[in-house]
Amino acid sequence: MSATNSLPLSLKASPRLRLPAGKHIGLALALLYLTLLILAAIAPHLLAHGNPYGIAPREAFTAPGWQHPLGTDQSGRDMWTRLIFGARNSLVIGIGSILLALSVALSLAIPGAFGGAVAEQCVKWIFEILFSFPAVVLALLLTAIFSSGTFPLIVAVGIGAAPGYGRMLFGQFLTIRHAGFIEAARSLGHSPAHILRRHLVPNAFRPLLIAGAMGVGQTIIWASSLSFLGLGAPPPAAEWGTMLAMGRDYIAEAWWITFFPGVAIVLTMLATTTLGRFLKNHFETSSS
Amino acid sequence: MISFPNSGFVFLKKLMIRVGGACLVLFAAATLTFITLHLAPGDPVTAILGGSANPTPETIREIREEYGLDQPLMVQYALHIWHVLSGHLGASFSQHMPVTDVLWQQAPPTLKLMLSSLVLAWVFAVLSVTLSARKPFFDSAFSSLETFFAGLPQFWIGIILLWLFAYQLGLLPPAGTHGFSSLILPSLSLAIPLGGFLAQVMRESFKTTLDQPFVLTARARGLSDNAVRFRHVLRHALLPGVSLSTWAVGALVGNAVAVEFIFSRQGVGRQLFLAVSMHDMPLVTGIILFISVVYILASFLADILYVIVDPRIQEARA
Repeated sequence: MSATNSLPLSLKASPRLRLPAGKHIGLALALLYLTLLILAAIAPHLLAHGNPYGIAPREAFTAPGWQHPLGTDQSGRDMWTRLIFGARNSLVIGIGSILLALSVALSLAIPGAFGGAVAEQCVKWIFEILFSFPAVVLALLLTAIFSSGTFPLIVAVGIGAAPGYGRMLFGQFLTIRHAGFIEAARSLGHSPAHILRRHLVPNAFRPLLIAGAMGVGQTIIWASSLSFLGLGAPPPAAEWGTMLAMGRDYIAEAWWITFFPGVAIVLTMLATTTLGRFLKNHFETSSS
Repeated sequence: MISFPNSGFVFLKKLMIRVGGACLVLFAAATLTFITLHLAPGDPVTAILGGSANPTPETIREIREEYGLDQPLMVQYALHIWHVLSGHLGASFSQHMPVTDVLWQQAPPTLKLMLSSLVLAWVFAVLSVTLSARKPFFDSAFSSLETFFAGLPQFWIGIILLWLFAYQLGLLPPAGTHGFSSLILPSLSLAIPLGGFLAQVMRESFKTTLDQPFVLTARARGLSDNAVRFRHVLRHALLPGVSLSTWAVGALVGNAVAVEFIFSRQGVGRQLFLAVSMHDMPLVTGIILFISVVYILASFLADILYVIVDPRIQEARA
């Protein structure tokens, strides 16, 4: 039934033409969501009225309805307002930790791939050590030192995510280490710094951009799972993971306290993944 | 390029590097825990006393001496490493029993949880990829589903499953460690994102394999579509999944912390969380060493599986 699919590659329509229209709808939705998210992070007052910390005990545990579209939490705070005001925290944590992760990954992968055999083995071992240390364990140890808060959370997630990206970049650098254009640059007598700047960084930029776009959603999930354990911003804070964690105690009576922060996290992840995939497709078809 | 006389030696060298790496991982784990727990604010004496009524300076000094906490830092570190090397993990400060006993008690539930979620995730990934890749409608539907699954946070699925199956439908127990029924929800909450993730990676390689000439040959021999998929293509799609499973084991231990919390399961993850918050150094060290050993074993196992799935690797690696 799929005989047409097993044609040799050269007989196929080019991938650019095969991009289905559905992908663009997905991309449009993703961009719309991300725009709203960034707007919420910069100017939350435009999207939600009221105070995310204002307590109204009489309205506690109101189910979603006209007054409160997403319901209220155990202290009567409006969930929608809190979600909107929480966007900034979550985005800062997500972007901060992905930047940290990528810079740690780069500073391990570059010397590992271009610093000779000893450096290569050392870097492999460092990855091995970091991999055997799950991010949550690292985060637990880090929060034991710094106590809980946003900054240790970024550090923990960033370092926890670094080996994954590091190994990916390392693998890519290893394959281009002996590529013709590198050899050519070397035989022209260019310095390693020059090769790094003119050839490696531009080559690594695209995978980094893609990994970064896809990674933000992932790091937001990691961070929220840590703040769910009580390692992030302490309870009254409008932060998605913390809000979700608070709802856990009331799950039998008030599902919306837990449900909606989770939806926000999942949507963010889906939007960034869609964007990342689009970038990947775009770069891959335009470079071939 | 055949170099048979050499291959035994090269293999030995690879093995040495591997074992060296494993030792290094364990050493680093022991060192990192020591450093962090000493940098952490708070006094282990409080953990040992378990918050009992105001201790006199006399008792505090006695306890410091008993646990070797009055020694200089370097001596403590050397002792710590020596104890780890000789397998004496000591007694837990907070549980007042040997660390090995705590591990014996807490490790089986976690291992069971990890194994069952790994199996579930693999079953999902293999079926979803093999049955849907490159089929007109199913391909995009299932690949969206996989992306969606891969992005779900474990703790959130856990809570939603708990709400739905335990509180609304009352089908499964909301908490507990014993019995099969208490294993279902926690394993599902770990397996769903992992399965989605594995499937995404396997789908890529499944599709590239479908373009290979030997697939065309198999079809030309008159094999049915499913036979081609399961017997010829699947094997190639397994490879990235196998190598990612090592990483997955590490991630599962971490994610088990939250899941064990939600379902109030006994387990290493929950215990680690409690031990860190109580500055129970021997227990933290024991659990982290245990996790590292599991990770090392998993990566050995993945290497062996890799060779079984793809015999070409053996020649390339030797």
